[in-house]
Amino acid sequence: MHPAPSIILFTTLSGLGFGLMAMLGLGAGKGEGWVAATFCALALGLAGAGLLASLFHLGQPRRFLKAFSQWRSSWLSREALLAVASLLVFGAYAALWSLAGLRLAALGLLAAALAVATVFATAMIYAQMKSVPRWRSPLTPAIFLFASLSGGALLAGETFPATVLLAALGVLQLADWLRGDGRFAAAGSTMATATGLGALGRLRLLEPPHTGPNYLLREMVHVVGRRHSRRLRLIGFTAAVLLPLALLAPGAPGHLTAGLAVLAHVAGMLVLRWLFFAEAEHVVGLYYGKR
Amino acid sequence: MTSLPASTERSLGLVIDLDTCVGCHACVVSCKEWNTANYGAPLSDQDAYGAHPSGTFLNRVHSFEAVPETGGEVPRVVHFPRSCLHCADAPCVTVCPTGASYKRAEDGIVLVNEADCIGCGLCAWACPYGARELELAAGVMKKCTLCVDRIENPNIPEIDRQPACVRACPAGARHFGDLADPESPAAKLVAARGGFDLMPEQGTRPVNKYLPPREPVDLLAPLLDPLPQSAGGFLGWLDRALDRI
Repeated sequence: MHPAPSIILFTTLSGLGFGLMAMLGLGAGKGEGWVAATFCALALGLAGAGLLASLFHLGQPRRFLKAFSQWRSSWLSREALLAVASLLVFGAYAALWSLAGLRLAALGLLAAALAVATVFATAMIYAQMKSVPRWRSPLTPAIFLFASLSGGALLAGETFPATVLLAALGVLQLADWLRGDGRFAAAGSTMATATGLGALGRLRLLEPPHTGPNYLLREMVHVVGRRHSRRLRLIGFTAAVLLPLALLAPGAPGHLTAGLAVLAHVAGMLVLRWLFFAEAEHVVGLYYGKR
Repeated sequence: MTSLPASTERSLGLVIDLDTCVGCHACVVSCKEWNTANYGAPLSDQDAYGAHPSGTFLNRVHSFEAVPETGGEVPRVVHFPRSCLHCADAPCVTVCPTGASYKRAEDGIVLVNEADCIGCGLCAWACPYGARELELAAGVMKKCTLCVDRIENPNIPEIDRQPACVRACPAGARHFGDLADPESPAAKLVAARGGFDLMPEQGTRPVNKYLPPREPVDLLAPLLDPLPQSAGGFLGWLDRALDRI
């Protein structure tokens, strides 16, 4: 799949923002007044920036309000509603905390639940796709959730939870690579099932339907850069998981160390998210002999 | 509402005969022509006269080559038109966040209400067949409509009230009809020729069916005299004389 910058930024930044919301809602992050306001502004800013980035992916961004209507059937619609609900509930929690010094545990819990549900809905947009076997796994929402929560814990300065969450994220990511590489073959779609011509013999594409690229090839048959995927996996995994773990290992990190851990994690997550799209193979590629 | 109807009164769709398709792309061109000039946003091209032309099409013809596993036999070329299959369990419909994508309960045609489409592209991702293409100039999703503006159009001659691709096909490789009615010519054709679904493992239950290529039959060969293996007369003498040199 085409690794669109708007979608990579959206899922990474909003994931971080909603993760921080969940952590703050659960009582993480010490401080009042300006410290509380900074934490909350960071969470709302990241989530908001991510949602804004997602608008750039639309062909008709001005009609985005219509996307709130189909929550009964569509994960994208559910995500939109949950995101707005999270922003509103967390906004109220943030205002009470930073302005009145009042941390309402129940309100925080509700904000945390909504934030987690938002990230889950985002992940389900991808995990529901039968046409992209690599994504269609419970590991997809698991990785999105743990990436979001570990990023949130890092930003909230919660060292121990961050360590545990990062380790879990690492295990899930490795498991997904291990299983994911075989999912396309396991799903059973081949050029033979795509055309129904398997009985005639070994198939190959003799002539593509068009000599130039088209929307399908640009959007769903992305092959550029996949040859670097091994190296990028190593770079992304090291930056997103191993480096922050190493930086946090001595315990009680200062602001500089914690900041470095956050920066490494975010940079690594951007690489991993790029790979999440670039490595995903859509079955339509079978019609173009590209699988 | 982007939930799928539990059942449809009719299941309008296409039957595509891979035995007779000659790969001329007439269906591709007639589809583009009709759907650019009529219902909905036109199918635009980008850089049409430049170095990297590309454009929106609702129908494409791929050509595949099948090499028999047994060996010795001649490879076969099969031309393969690909368009929306108007699936009973259309995954493109349920993912739509705005309700723009829908499947009509009366005839099963899958359509896009372009006024509600935000161009997020999720339906195109959900389709395993690549049936949907984002219209880059208008920013909305395009797909085969089974020419809804032809099949029920009282303003055009009755013979033209079928999809443009079916009307244009010079080989008679495309058939249009109600696949839910076992008595319809299209459904009978599917039953007689063993029509099949594309990617049944995707669980989409396509309405459109494809007819498999038949065993190649050379009608004329048995009626012709066999080619002479040895010549007589002057040519025969020349043949023998040259052999002796």
